[in-house]
Amino acid sequence: MSDISLELIEQVENARAESRQLNIVGLNSKIFLGRAAQGDAINIAGHSGIVDYQPIELVLTVRGGTPLSEIEAALEEHHQMLSFDPPSFGAESSIGGTLACNQSGPGRPWGGSVRDMVLGTRLINGKAEQLRFGGQVMKNVAGYDVSRLQAGAMGAFGIITELSLKVLPKPASTITMVCELDAAEAIQSMNQLAGKANPLSAACWLDNKLYLRLSGARSAVDATAKCWQSTLPGGGDRLEHGTQFWSDLRDHQLAFFSKQQPLWRFSLQSNAEHFFPEADWLIDWGGAQRWLRGSPLESDSTSSVLIMNQMEQVAMRANGQVSLFRGGDRSAEVFHSQPSALKTLHQRLKKSFDPDGLFNPGRLYRWL
Amino acid sequence: MTEVSKSNFMTTCPEKSGLKRPNKSELVALFSEFIDPEYVIGDAESKRPYECDGLSMYREMPLVVVLPETVQQAQQVLKICHCYGIPVVARGAGTGLSAGAMPDANGVLLSLAKFKRILDINSQARTATVQPGVRNIAISEAVAVHGLYYAPDPSSQIACTIGGNVAENSGGVHCLKYGLTVHNVMQLKMLTVEGELLTIGGGGLDSVGFDLLALMNGSEGLLGIITEITVKLLPIPEKAQLVMAAFDTAQAAGAAVGAVIAKGIIPAGLEMMDSLAIKASEDFCNAGYPVDSKALLLCEIDGADQEVDEHIHIIEALFKDLGATSTRVSQNEAERALLWKGRKSAFPAVGRISADYYCMDGTIPRGQLAYVLTEMEKMSLHYGLRIANVFHAGDGNLHPLILFDANIEGEFEKAEQFGSDILQLCVKVGGCITGEHGVGVEKIRQMTVQFNDQELIQFHAIKDAFDPGGTLNPGKGVPVLKRCQEYRAINALRNDTRDEKGKQ
Repeated sequence: MSDISLELIEQVENARAESRQLNIVGLNSKIFLGRAAQGDAINIAGHSGIVDYQPIELVLTVRGGTPLSEIEAALEEHHQMLSFDPPSFGAESSIGGTLACNQSGPGRPWGGSVRDMVLGTRLINGKAEQLRFGGQVMKNVAGYDVSRLQAGAMGAFGIITELSLKVLPKPASTITMVCELDAAEAIQSMNQLAGKANPLSAACWLDNKLYLRLSGARSAVDATAKCWQSTLPGGGDRLEHGTQFWSDLRDHQLAFFSKQQPLWRFSLQSNAEHFFPEADWLIDWGGAQRWLRGSPLESDSTSSVLIMNQMEQVAMRANGQVSLFRGGDRSAEVFHSQPSALKTLHQRLKKSFDPDGLFNPGRLYRWL
Repeated sequence: MTEVSKSNFMTTCPEKSGLKRPNKSELVALFSEFIDPEYVIGDAESKRPYECDGLSMYREMPLVVVLPETVQQAQQVLKICHCYGIPVVARGAGTGLSAGAMPDANGVLLSLAKFKRILDINSQARTATVQPGVRNIAISEAVAVHGLYYAPDPSSQIACTIGGNVAENSGGVHCLKYGLTVHNVMQLKMLTVEGELLTIGGGGLDSVGFDLLALMNGSEGLLGIITEITVKLLPIPEKAQLVMAAFDTAQAAGAAVGAVIAKGIIPAGLEMMDSLAIKASEDFCNAGYPVDSKALLLCEIDGADQEVDEHIHIIEALFKDLGATSTRVSQNEAERALLWKGRKSAFPAVGRISADYYCMDGTIPRGQLAYVLTEMEKMSLHYGLRIANVFHAGDGNLHPLILFDANIEGEFEKAEQFGSDILQLCVKVGGCITGEHGVGVEKIRQMTVQFNDQELIQFHAIKDAFDPGGTLNPGKGVPVLKRCQEYRAINALRNDTRDEKGKQ
């Protein structure tokens, strides 16, 4: 619960002077993400606490190392929430890491992502300068959107010391419906439902079941649930412990995620046709985020580069991208490759924030 | 590889070199080799319509105006300009309000007006892929048959183009619930300053690597030229209904806005007008606004039938409890449209009661509204200029309209100073200098109020990563550092003078 930004700045200055690279560590819950971490740990867990929270403004400002649980407890008091429903993969996750890794939960297609909800940031760049971008207001187009640029950058630009986020009221009512469908039918159904005006707030398919979450005003949620009981294919049933299902899905606590094989994440056009039908799939985000266990490719090669290349081909046919989320070879590339022009742009941008390449070297790509 | 055109000028660049720049007529000849000569404009008379955007106080004649019809042509224009270090300013419909599309006297004005095709509508995935010159409203019109629409709706949506919307990260009256342009764009194709075609974003909801989409939205034509946009579409809500409420004081109306949020309701639109704006709008379109009230709120709820009924009921009761002098709930689509019409035509309505007006665009935390309105009244007295306020109350975006007469010597300068003071006040209370209109040329001085030198240097470093030669929309968006001290000194001096006068 303190501000250690001056200490962090000093540590960055020292690292720069001594040409040491830094591995930014929050609460260590996403250490498995990206390529293997390198460099000396710089710990932001001590840089924690809520700086400002104005429920009526729908704006929360927190330090980067603040645990999600602390934020959620503060919001709960005012019946508000982080609409991007951030996952916690460990005992505790930090909000700074959530932005750096661009992690949002099952409600993302309807509630937005952490990238969508970030309004402003403070960032320590590679010159050990703490800079402020964006602000605490919903609309702000002064200067480049450096705050949103941090989403998914895996700390490549520097240390996120503070974030301002848009928060939203909690829905008055939530119901989960479930029905039996195969994957291809479920993808079609999810896209059709998302194209109609209704209080849908999450849609996921697993083990031949389609799970649909409805959130909003009680009257609208009840009316839709009642209607879907007869109109969903095979009839829809209400799921008793819906809230538990969605939080287990969000935090990767479902049995699907505990298997040992590598876990691939596809981010695709939501209605892309189902592929590898024999493989082990979980389809979330109304079809736009698909998790695959193991590698169904018929390859006599065990080369991680070859498998990655083939996965990329498949993803691009579905108008999307792939990454190796968990497991596999973390010294090889794990994120969908960039065409050469974009690679150059990435390198130039990285240099504009971090000229000496101090932060999280090679975490996103070997060449970054 | 180096190619030489008929006119002996390079069309692809060997190296960055000290090549002699083509003059105006040579450039016209060069572009006319691959673009219909009718769309390559060098004569003053035909260039005139391009000398300014919606902020007509700032004007400049470009060297040449060019209207390519294909991406390849635009690419070739950029390659040539890059080769000779010629500035390029992109332009959509020219409806911008910050002089972001004001031409460069030594540069090419690249109009994207010919890029007006809707390329693809994927109703199942709920996306539309369009060229940058497609008008904002044309997207919603084209997809309405599928029960879908494109949410961001700037007031200029009938005329403004989607390419310009991306460049400015445009907002509108529905931002609190549906977000800005940046929240509704999935993929862009863009040309770099070198003329290289890039695709950023994709068909999914996120992409790996750096979020270049976020950087491009609102980059005001400084980082690249957008040639194709894929936007997200939303289902048209089942129902939309509006509550209008009049209040005796702006403070009471401001408190009512906070109370709606505290009820856990996110309105689709929540707008506020002050008494001068109410009167002007009512005179203009007879919407039935209560002209004797000091502040008017328009609160729209959309969604499922039952949800709208439930929330409208709560909000009307809430407004009454909080001292609304009158309330009115739209009973049908015609009435809802009429009540909106007054708000949407507030700018031209104010235009009828004043020779000229100057629209500001600061954003503030909503809780500061009463203080900011009081301070603006004081400024209005100080400068001797009237002010009308329309306010996106839901998201804190103020649009004070400063009334002046450009024919009275010195009055525009006075209005500009008044505007500058308002923006500084917005920053002081925790807000920002521009919510949705962009920095352009207009607010470049105020950038030094919102950002320190290190932050501005970081912006320049980002610009350099995309455009090391600084030829894309030069002089806009981010002030040149050597001028920052000067701007800060001017701002400080002006504040001192005003404070002194205030004390007298």
